[in-house]
Amino acid sequence: MKVEVRVYPREGILDPQGKAIAAALARLGHASVRDVRAGKVFFLEVAGEDRARAEAEARKMAEELLANTVIEGFDVKVL
Amino acid sequence: MKFAIVVFPGSNCDQDCFHVAKDLLGCEADYVWHRDTDLKGADVVVLPGGFAYGDYLRAGALARFSPVMESVADFARKGGPVLGICNGFQVLLEAGLLPGAVRVNRGLRYVCRDVHMRVENADTPFTRLYQKGSVVTMPIGHMEGNYTAPAAELEALEREGRVVFRYCDARGRLDDAANPNGAEHGIAGIVSAEGNVVGLMPHPDRCSEALLGSDQGRKMFESVVEALAVR
Repeated sequence: MKVEVRVYPREGILDPQGKAIAAALARLGHASVRDVRAGKVFFLEVAGEDRARAEAEARKMAEELLANTVIEGFDVKVL
Repeated sequence: MKFAIVVFPGSNCDQDCFHVAKDLLGCEADYVWHRDTDLKGADVVVLPGGFAYGDYLRAGALARFSPVMESVADFARKGGPVLGICNGFQVLLEAGLLPGAVRVNRGLRYVCRDVHMRVENADTPFTRLYQKGSVVTMPIGHMEGNYTAPAAELEALEREGRVVFRYCDARGRLDDAANPNGAEHGIAGIVSAEGNVVGLMPHPDRCSEALLGSDQGRKMFESVVEALAVR
C-alpha cells in the first residue's frame, strides 16, 4: 500500500521559506499569490491490506518522527 | 570532575569541548559514542555542535533516537548538569529535554558571526560565574536557530526566568536588528524547569581561550565545575 504523509508549518507559525517563495512568485508576476507555506511529503510503501491500520500507524509515525508537532502540522492519506 | 562529550555521527565540535574540559580546565573528559549507553561516571554531559545525522529530516530529529539519549535523559532526570551547544541544543529540543523548537533562520541563510547576548539568568550551573545583565559575545554558526515555542510555553519561560541568554546589541539593548535568526523574544539560550539542562545556539566552546580571540565562553564550563564543587 502507498501512504502519503504531508508535513507543513502550522498555521500562524512563521515560515521563512514560504515567505521567500511567495516573494519570488510575486517577482515573477504571479500577483494572485497571497501566501505560501512550504512543507514536505513522505511517500511510504507499507505492507498489508488494512487501510485503517496503515493510516493509524502513519499518524503515529508522523507524531513520533516525521513532524515536529511544536511547529508542524501533518495529514495522512492512504492511496 | 569528569565531562562526558557525546559524539553523534556528524558532530564536529566534540574535540573543541573535550579540549576546553581537559586542556583548559584540567578536568577529566571522555567521549561517549552515540550508540553507547554508559556515560562513564561523568559529572557533566555536553552535547556538542555539528550536524548529527547530517541534520536529515530536521536538525536533531534523528539524533534523539540514539541509544545514548536515554542515558542522557536519565542523567538529566536525576539532576545532572547537561549542556547542549548549537546542534546539541537542537537535539535537546527534539528530545523534549528542553521546550520549544527551532525553525530556519528568518534570513534563510546560514549565519556565522559573533553575536552579543545579555545574561538573563546567572543562577544556572553553566552561568553562575557571569553577572546577570552583563553582555557576552560568542560566535554562532547555524541555519536553524530561530527559536519558537507555544505562547503559553514562552510565557512560562519568561515568568520563571528560564531565558538564560537573549540577543542584544553591544551595549546590552534588546534590538530586533541584533537578533541574528528571528528567535522569538530574542532567545539565544534557555534552561529546563528543573534548572539543570541548558541549551544555547552560540558556541562557548569556540571562545574559551585567548588564542581563539576571546575567552568569554570559558566561564560556562568553569561555572559547572564550581557548581559541582559546592554541591
